[in-house]
Order: sequence, then C-alpha cells, then structure tokens
Amino acid sequence: MVKQIMVFVDNKPGRLEKITGTLSKETINIRSILISDNGQFGIVKLLVDKPDQANMALSKEGFATAVKDVIAVFVEDSPGKLHDLIKVLSAKNINIADGYGFASNSVFCIETEDDNRQGIEKLIKEKGFKILSGEEFYSM
Amino acid sequence: MNLFAKKEINFRDKDIETIGREELSDMQFASFMSTMRAALRTEFYKNRFAKIGITSREDIKSLDDLAKIPFTTKEDLREAYPSGLLAVGLEKVVRLHTSSGTTGSPTVIYHTQKDLDNWTELLMRGLTACGVTEKDVFQNMMTYGLFTGGLGLHYAAERLGALVIPAGSGNTRRQMQLMKDFRTTAVHVTPNYMLHIAGRIEELGFKLEELNLKKAFLGAEPFSENARKKIEKSFKIDVYNCYGLSEMNGPGVAMECVYKDGLHIWEDSYIVEIIDPATGKVLPDGQQGELVLTTLKREATPLLRYRTRDLATVFKGNCPCGRTHRRISRIMGRTDDMLIINGVNIFPSQIEEVLMKKPEVGTNYLIELNKRDELDRITIKVEIYAKLFHGSMKELEELRDQLKDELKSTMLVSADVEIHEPGSLPVYEGKAKRVIDNRSKE
Repeated sequence: MVKQIMVFVDNKPGRLEKITGTLSKETINIRSILISDNGQFGIVKLLVDKPDQANMALSKEGFATAVKDVIAVFVEDSPGKLHDLIKVLSAKNINIADGYGFASNSVFCIETEDDNRQGIEKLIKEKGFKILSGEEFYSM
Repeated sequence: MNLFAKKEINFRDKDIETIGREELSDMQFASFMSTMRAALRTEFYKNRFAKIGITSREDIKSLDDLAKIPFTTKEDLREAYPSGLLAVGLEKVVRLHTSSGTTGSPTVIYHTQKDLDNWTELLMRGLTACGVTEKDVFQNMMTYGLFTGGLGLHYAAERLGALVIPAGSGNTRRQMQLMKDFRTTAVHVTPNYMLHIAGRIEELGFKLEELNLKKAFLGAEPFSENARKKIEKSFKIDVYNCYGLSEMNGPGVAMECVYKDGLHIWEDSYIVEIIDPATGKVLPDGQQGELVLTTLKREATPLLRYRTRDLATVFKGNCPCGRTHRRISRIMGRTDDMLIINGVNIFPSQIEEVLMKKPEVGTNYLIELNKRDELDRITIKVEIYAKLFHGSMKELEELRDQLKDELKSTMLVSADVEIHEPGSLPVYEGKAKRVIDNRSKE
C-alpha cells in the first residue's frame, strides 16, 4: 500500500513553504504533490518516500494532517492502457476520488472513495494488472 | 442535568443560606440602612443625594425607597476616582483594587478588613456549595495582583483549608506540570484559557490519566453552556460558573451549586435588580435585563444601584439544593458586547453556542466585522481540529456550509465562515478578545 498524506493549509503565501521546508529538514523526498483549494483554504496531497516520518514531522509543526492508502498500479505507457484500468473500476461502480500519473515510471496512483481497498486491489489484480508495494513505489 | 438525582448538599452557613425570605428582607433593610449611612459619608453620594432631597438615612423608610435612588455607573466611578467614593478614613482601609483602565480612566474599590472578610466568606460559601473541602488541592490560574480573580479565590480556598497553589495565569506547560505533580483537584481559570488547554493536553506531553482534576471554577468572562460541556467532556470534570465583578468585591458575587442550574447570588450581601438597559425600568423575575447591584455589607466603598452592564435573568422558583438566595442565569453578554449587524442584535455568546457544538472545530474563534458596499458583513473564523481532519475537501466544505446554516438560523443574519489551520488564530491566556470590529475604521 502506498500512503498519501493530506495537509490542511490556509490559502496564503508561506504555508506551502512551511511544508516543503519541514520535509526537506527531515530529508524526505517528495514523489508527488497535488494542491486543491477553494480560495480560503486548501488541502495539499503528498506522496513521499517516508510517509510515517513525514506525517509525524508535519503534525509536530502544528499542521492538521491525515493519511490515506492509495493504490499504485503498473500501467504500460502506451495509448489505451490507462483506459483499460479505468474501465475495470467503473464497471464495478468504483468511484475515483483522485489520481496521479507517473508516465515515465508507468505508474498510476488511485485514491478511491471506497474504503474497501483490499477488495479493489484484488479486483485490479484479477484483471491482470500489477500493483506496486509501498517499498517498490517509494524507491521508484 | 438530572434534577431528581440526589446530590450531596454542603453548606458553609446553612442558617443564612436557607434563611426565610421575610427574615432575609428584614436583614436586608437593616443592612441597607448601614449602607446608606456609609454612602452619605462619601463625597459622591452626599452630593448626589442632596440633589434629590435625601440628607439622612431616615429619608429611606423601606426597601421600596430604593427606587428613589439614581443608578450608579462605571462613569460615576471614573469621575469619583480616586477618593470620591471612600466612606472611611484611609487608616481603616487595608486593600484596594483598581480596574484595568483599558477604556477610559481607572476606578478603585477600597476594602476594610471586614470588607475582605465578607468577600472571602461569600466565596467560601460558593466553594463549599460545589463540594470543595480542606482535602482539595486548589490551583488558582487567574492573574494575581490588582485583578481580583487572583487574591479573591486565593484567600477563600486557603481559609477553607484547601492546599492552594498560587499559579497565576499563563505558562501552560508549567500549569499542567503542577497539576500532575501536586494532584490538583480544583482549578480557578478563565473559560477561554481552559478551552485552549483542553485541545492541547497531549500535545503538551501529558495524559488525562496522570491528572487528578475533579472541578473547574470558571470566571471573569461569560461562556456558553456548550463551552462548559466541551470542557467537562475534555477533562472529565465538573465545571462550575462563578460570577463577580471588582465593583462588587470580585469573584463570588454569585456561584452555582451542585445542580448547575443558575448561580445563587448572596442576597444578604447584595440587593439584586434587573432593569431594562434602555429605559431603566425594573423588570420582574424571569425577564432578561441588566443586572443592578447594591452592596449591603461594604464599609469602605458602598455602591448603590450599580449598573453592572451584565445581562442576566433572575430565575423564578426554588433550587433543589434548598438555598433561598435566588439564582441568576449565566451572563448572556455585556450590554456593550452586543453587536448590531444590519440592525439585528447579536451576542457573541450566541455564536459560541453554535461553534462549541461542532467537534470538528477547535475551541478558538474570532468574529470579524467589516463594511462592504454600505452593508455590515460578519465573518466567523474557526480552526480545524487536527484529530478530526480526514483530508476530504468535501467534508470541509460540508462543515463550512453546516456552520453557515446553523449560524444563520441562530443569528438571523448570514455570516461568512472561514476554516483556518490549528493554532493560527490569536490566543489569550486571560480574557479573550473575540470580536474585531473594522467598521468604524473605514
């Protein structure tokens, strides 16, 4: 399982810097960063190489954080391959909350709304896709 | 609160606390005569009474004649500073307390030893009513010095035989260390400081199991019923409301009993009136208005019909504890706390009631008022409670919308709601400044 960290931030200059500063001090490598905001506040989603350490460090700095498992799937880098994966999920009415594409690594990370991640992982594997473990993903 | 649950009732002075109303009335009249005599010795009241034809206390025939006496206001105290309201020679005065003087010039209340003893006695009654005994370890987390919250409770808890820790306010980590090391059972603190600590116990490195806290006495500022519940739940203790003002000595003018259903105001020491703040008309029990108090035991600085600017209601009916001194409600706000937003009257306490019901939101909040296009706009700023943040934007926006809806139905005015990072709003260890009004600045 790959862990995603969510951080609550006020939408104002300096907050993102506080996050990246904290992570850099802990020598944590950011693999992906997504920012969504509504104008007043935002949520920063992070995929890092040492998620537990990152979560502790950010909490200690006073940030409100949460951790969620996401599924890292190996998807061949050619047209139609991502479509094949997405079809599998929509066929079972599984809603995708967020996704990160790592084209050069042939990896697609999925955040689902469903809490039955083990069931979803099983489904994806059954359809012939390979899922990366945490270690495999973090050391990509 | 279960009115039918049998509770242990402790009295400091059962005879006085359960005195019959007629006997109380006679006692009040006799004390009132002494108060009049003392008042006529002050420059201020001598001049004032002369203007309305009262030259001696014989001009007062009954407690009904109280209505003839004009109100005394904070402004009067400011004008009389420093010695216009002194009724005894300075050699008899053993203490004085001045106000903070943040708005306008300062005011002063003098105390003889008897004044201090009576003040302490009333507080001892209140503490006993809430079950405090010599076995308690009492940590006084209020500012010591000219502020009456410090010395007031200090002497009362000490005289009761409790072990008093004169911690003063601030330095939260040290406060928690004291609570742990000395097994503090009761604290005296402001509501907003206690709320602040409630959210930080673990962060400061302490566990609830390490503490022996049983009771908290909250005072110096009004707080909502939901704020009480939040503190009781966070610490697993009983929270008691303590009311007072320095003009009437300090804390202890009124105190809840174990039933937590109104604060008993000690009528052997104060004559209680509720007035319509706009017209000055005296209102009956059950109606909310401004609390007006007359001292009955004060020697050095007697005060007659003092307008407290605190809004409250006197409860009708009897308390199951058996005390015959009437109860007042919690203070709903100060007459000057009231905000007028586009013509609608709103009290910060109404807003607090809504916010304290939401566990996802922290205990700190700020109310900001601005003017935009000739209209008043109110923004409520709250902090997200880290432990209940799940990372969902949808959840946060739902929370914000819920708050907006609930605030609108309470206040009848729409408010913008902003959710901020934990610890980002200003923090106060004493009285909190909850409202920032930018309207006049524009």
